[in-house]
Amino acid sequence: MTTRIDARFAELKRQGRSAFVTFVMAGDPDAKTALEVIKALPKAGADIIELGMPFTDPMADGPSIQAAGLRALKGGMTLKKTLELVRDFRKDDDSTPIVLMGYYNPIYIYGVDAFLADAKAAGVDGLIIVDLPPEEDTELCIPAMKAGLNFIRLATPTTDDKRLPAVLANTSGFVYYVAVTGITGAAAADSKVVGAAVGRIKQHTKLPVCVGFGIRTPEAARAIAENADGSVVGTALVDALKGSLDAEGRATARTVTAVADLASALAQGVRGAKQAAE
Amino acid sequence: MNPNLPNSFRSGPDERGHFGIFGGRFVAETLMPLILDLEKAYAEAKADPSFQAEMNGYLKDYVGRPSPLYFAERLTAHLGGAKIYLKREELNHTGSHKVNNVLGQIMVARRMGKKRIIAETGAGQHGVATATLCARFGLECVVYMGAVDVERQQPNVIRMEMLGAKVVPVQSGARTLKDAMNDALRDWVTNVHNTFYCIGTVAGPHPYPMMVRDFQSVIGNETRQQMQEAEGRLPDSLVACIGGGSNAMGLFHPFLDDPSVEIFGVEAAGHGLTQLHAASLAGGRPGVLHGNRTYLLMDADGQIEEAHSISAGLDYPGIGPEHAWLHESGRVKYLSATDEEALAAFQLLSRLEGIIPALESAHAIAKLSELAPQRPKDHLMVVNLSGRGDKDVPQVGDILKGRKK
Repeated sequence: MTTRIDARFAELKRQGRSAFVTFVMAGDPDAKTALEVIKALPKAGADIIELGMPFTDPMADGPSIQAAGLRALKGGMTLKKTLELVRDFRKDDDSTPIVLMGYYNPIYIYGVDAFLADAKAAGVDGLIIVDLPPEEDTELCIPAMKAGLNFIRLATPTTDDKRLPAVLANTSGFVYYVAVTGITGAAAADSKVVGAAVGRIKQHTKLPVCVGFGIRTPEAARAIAENADGSVVGTALVDALKGSLDAEGRATARTVTAVADLASALAQGVRGAKQAAE
Repeated sequence: MNPNLPNSFRSGPDERGHFGIFGGRFVAETLMPLILDLEKAYAEAKADPSFQAEMNGYLKDYVGRPSPLYFAERLTAHLGGAKIYLKREELNHTGSHKVNNVLGQIMVARRMGKKRIIAETGAGQHGVATATLCARFGLECVVYMGAVDVERQQPNVIRMEMLGAKVVPVQSGARTLKDAMNDALRDWVTNVHNTFYCIGTVAGPHPYPMMVRDFQSVIGNETRQQMQEAEGRLPDSLVACIGGGSNAMGLFHPFLDDPSVEIFGVEAAGHGLTQLHAASLAGGRPGVLHGNRTYLLMDADGQIEEAHSISAGLDYPGIGPEHAWLHESGRVKYLSATDEEALAAFQLLSRLEGIIPALESAHAIAKLSELAPQRPKDHLMVVNLSGRGDKDVPQVGDILKGRKK
């Protein structure tokens, strides 16, 4: 099975560069604006789009992404509408991979089988579910693999060599290395330490390793890109979006460009990186 | 008989932390290695006689156990039915059952070499117990408490600070217990290397629901022995209030395999079950939050709804997974009491027995007016008086004063 994610990493390998992965929240601050934002991201240089599924209780997220989720929920976002957003995006873009990222409860309530069928049909390529460690693989990971979706696992600084094989066993698409112990938007990652960690993970897998948490600037993105197969930026983009909203939290004429401009600068940072040593 | 009923109701959870479909370990990868370490450390402690001996020493001389089983003569006469006994957990050091669990967890944390303790708290009883034992053992203590609860439970906030703990008012969400738990989890995921999360109830990822239950089972084990001494037999029924459900689980668990004992849990019905409430079993359905699968209050999209109860300690949209399982298996009957019923019971017990109960415990007292009169005078009913009401006196005083005007 080759997914859009596999195809994208194969293409980047031919181009000899690292991936720029963007995270935005579905429905932030409303569904229509969010569609325009995600349509603008590939043009700004995003190679992969992570789309947050809003949840009331995001226990691994910092204040920025918590607030983004609450703005989306206030704007009437649901999991069903998140899948509609992906379907609308796919009308014009059949190659940029979309990874849904969030928490398990809304999927569990939607119904795992129905969700996987609807997500696949909408054009979703992968899932990152923060509160499903390998110990709970039977819940969603195994069914997702059977449905043809990549299940992308988080590896963290606390995932030691003994545990890594279990974490990687059912992972596909890429491995998401969480560069710091903490919540999204927290401390910056030291690129040297991250490089060593990526090297450690690569001893256990042939999958691409993308790094996220704590990357906010083009310089930081470049430093990470030199040591990994991709850099993920989320909180900085979400903050840029928030900064463009009016006093009532509604989108303005600047909202889409605010996100796209930052994405563009970050993409240039990533593209300026020397190719990571194989 | 339901053919799926187990041979024993006391054998759970399985090795993956499941009670039927409930429980589990739904946490971020960052926490998973630590949770596995904790499971191992707790299993070792449990098998170590010196751990139990040390804990028993502190339970006796520091906590003041055993807590009395007291025959509530005037309450019994007033209700005119079952003979009512109160299990006096409110007489423990720190004023509630919470200390039983905190003592156990702090001793496990010490075995694991953790120097920093974090906790979430609703009414502040768990926070006070944690701050107390951190003071006793010289550990750093940070307590997360919803900003709304900081307001309505001021006496406990002052107590925690006096004991040297840092109280962090949580501003996210509804600013109550659920949000305090979210922020405690965020702290834990950030400071995982040196921090032990002391969860206050029988919820969260495995092994917490089992571990907290084990530490609280001292309540039921003592009750069994004390009732034997007082009446020469087992009680006929047990009643306890439930938020997450730790005081209830502690009383119930030792009796789950005694079929003659009827067991009643009382959830908080807030303004009523058709309005804002905190009764997850009566008004919720199974979902996944805070590390476990259990009954939760949520909307059609799986978004968690805000609970409401007059009592900060019951103001939580979930319940411990073992309770969810006992509910579905039918072994325990779950009832609910409204804010108004709890307020009336708070006053009733104060006037009849000279005991001011916590608003949480008042929910259990409230159901006695339905349960006790229907039962014969030789029916032995035990109610867990899980906490004392000093912390609620300002809040209840304001409510009653407002009504007189």
